Amino acid sequence: MKTVFKALLGSAVFAVAAGSASAATLDDVKAKGHVQCGVSTGLAGFSAPDDKGEYTGLDVDFCRAVAAAVFDDPKAVQFSPLSAKERFTALQSGEVDILSRNTTWTISRDTALGLNFAGVTYYDGQGFMINSKKLQGINSALQLSGAAVCVQSGTTTELNLADYFKANNMEYNPVVFEKLEEVNTAYDQGRCDVYTTDQSGLYAIRLTLSAPDDHIVLPEIISKEPLGPVVRHGDDQWLDIAKWVYYALLNAEELGVSQANLEESLKSDNPEIRRLLGTEEGTKLGTDLGLTNDWAVRVIKHVGNYGEIFERNVGAESPLKISRGINALWTKGGLQYGMPIR
Amino acid sequence: MATEQTIAEGGAPRVPLLYDPRVRGIAYQVLVFVGLFAFVYWIIGNTTANLQRANIASGFGFLQGRAGFDIGDSLVAYSSDSTYGRALYVGFLNTLRVAILGIITATIVGFIIGIGRLSKNWLISRICLVYVEVFRNIPPLLVIFFWYFGVLSVLPLPRDSIELPFGSYLNSRGFYFPKFLWGEGAGLIALAFGLSLVFIWFVRRWAARRQAATGDQLPVLWISLGLLIGLPLLAFAVTGFPLSFEFPALSTFNLRGGVQVRPEFLSLYLALSFYTAAFIAEIVRAGVLGVNRGQSEASHALGLRNRPTLRLVVVPQALRIIIPPLTSQYLNLTKNSSLAVAIGYPDLVATGGTTLNQTGQAIEVVAIWLIVYLGLSLATAALMNWYNARKALVER
Repeated sequence: MKTVFKALLGSAVFAVAAGSASAATLDDVKAKGHVQCGVSTGLAGFSAPDDKGEYTGLDVDFCRAVAAAVFDDPKAVQFSPLSAKERFTALQSGEVDILSRNTTWTISRDTALGLNFAGVTYYDGQGFMINSKKLQGINSALQLSGAAVCVQSGTTTELNLADYFKANNMEYNPVVFEKLEEVNTAYDQGRCDVYTTDQSGLYAIRLTLSAPDDHIVLPEIISKEPLGPVVRHGDDQWLDIAKWVYYALLNAEELGVSQANLEESLKSDNPEIRRLLGTEEGTKLGTDLGLTNDWAVRVIKHVGNYGEIFERNVGAESPLKISRGINALWTKGGLQYGMPIR
Repeated sequence: MATEQTIAEGGAPRVPLLYDPRVRGIAYQVLVFVGLFAFVYWIIGNTTANLQRANIASGFGFLQGRAGFDIGDSLVAYSSDSTYGRALYVGFLNTLRVAILGIITATIVGFIIGIGRLSKNWLISRICLVYVEVFRNIPPLLVIFFWYFGVLSVLPLPRDSIELPFGSYLNSRGFYFPKFLWGEGAGLIALAFGLSLVFIWFVRRWAARRQAATGDQLPVLWISLGLLIGLPLLAFAVTGFPLSFEFPALSTFNLRGGVQVRPEFLSLYLALSFYTAAFIAEIVRAGVLGVNRGQSEASHALGLRNRPTLRLVVVPQALRIIIPPLTSQYLNLTKNSSLAVAIGYPDLVATGGTTLNQTGQAIEVVAIWLIVYLGLSLATAALMNWYNARKALVER
């Protein structure tokens, strides 16, 4: 029902407020005094409220980075928890300024949905999780024929699932829910044999189950899931800001600029670092972006570089303990590649 | 003639156009109409312009696209290769199924509870009262959750299924029962069934005429039942019992074969039925109490016993009171079925929601939802209004 309402609201907002929504988002954001950020309704490591009720996670930190770049205040963000089904309407209608909600970059979303992806903050792939206690002897996704599979509706996951089982000539019984928590509960209660979503998500969800050690993630990865922040089509300035905040995070890691050594880095002679941090004489890189020249300093000061964000939320310092893998920098054999700031 | 003229000349003085109530009335209506039209025009124009500016595709062409997602519960053939239009149709049929079955069950349960509340037996009337108060005062969504998670947490996993008679099983994946596989000659049985219905109709007409002419009563019920069961049974025997069963059996994950009633459907259907039944019970009680006591006393005085009094005097009058509010309960049940989305039953809202998300056609999908629910409600209302007109007091 809420979705119906949201969608309706969306269409109403299209009619009334779209003029302001699709114009200069940066001006709107500055006028409001905060960035309105769409996140998931609770996925550990990506966006979930902690015990103090504050949102934390990789997706959350990206929004905080944008807020830091604009306002020099990572707290100038308000979060809208959105289900997979609600997210695009919320962004299209201007209800949120940026959608940072483990959203897969696909061509149809980039074109027909009127959205623009700013980058890939996490390279993921879809996997399967089963209860190994109840289903002994299953160690490959190819043994899943006939299983009941829990999946969240309106996701690329749902489509990949259909494709994978069809391609391998296997049957399955889809059990589809709108909200992540509903899928979790249903899987935990034994409504289905298999849980499928992005692998990072599976590791996060496993921690929330009643007996995490009983569940294993099967080795197969059946799809490419590049997850990243999304903005509305038609506002290039705001897209540039989102894009370059992301690249600044990557470049900072590559150049070894972190939250800890920021003070020293500001005195650095390295021209690349000087360009990134806006300490170069007469630089206009930040103002051309519509921000101040110390925009990247603000970002790193408040949220750190990409590596720090990763380790803090999903990596070694988090309960998820996901290794960098393909999310390492290109210099270390991964796919994360920050465009040059110059 | 003369008087009329005097009135026309003297009685109705010429008023300025501005103060003529008739002109004013028309002017207001025109104004409202133009205003409304301009508003709608502005909304549509603005929406289209904004959609174009945001580069969002629009139109209903997406319905022909390949859906790509699967639906667990489908009454018609559907796979991920079917179109979005087909997915919406599957959702529509699922909505229809739960609504129709829910309406039937809610009506039966509601009538029983409603009559029960009027019972002179203290225990029965109290139990019915508690039922009504409990279900009437809980939001329907919670009733659905109660059934769904109640069902899921109580029932065992497939390999420890509860065995029921006639090869049926109950587990957390739903209720399984054997599938009827009709062999050759099944058509004849269906034909016999149809024939028996026709015969019953004739018998009833003839019995009514006979009673009107002679006063003799025929045991119509028994004759009808005999026809209804006897004829198809005869055909069944003649064709050599062309029926076999496919029993559900355990495979690696779930039970295979047979017919599966999924827990999503089961809990939605039960929740909606029991929830709406509470309201119907109150309507039935009001209807029966609304018939003047003098009516049954008069009927008794004419020598009719209790049952004919109820059947021929009280119920027909009570129905006149019951039907109009009953219609709105039927509409409520149909609309409440959209709560299915919360427990993952693939109704129109659920499949439409997935379609909306995969295609991004929010306005089109919402429009389809609105039109379908409006159409369903209007159709139900029309049907009930027709029934109401038939039952209404015919005034001459």
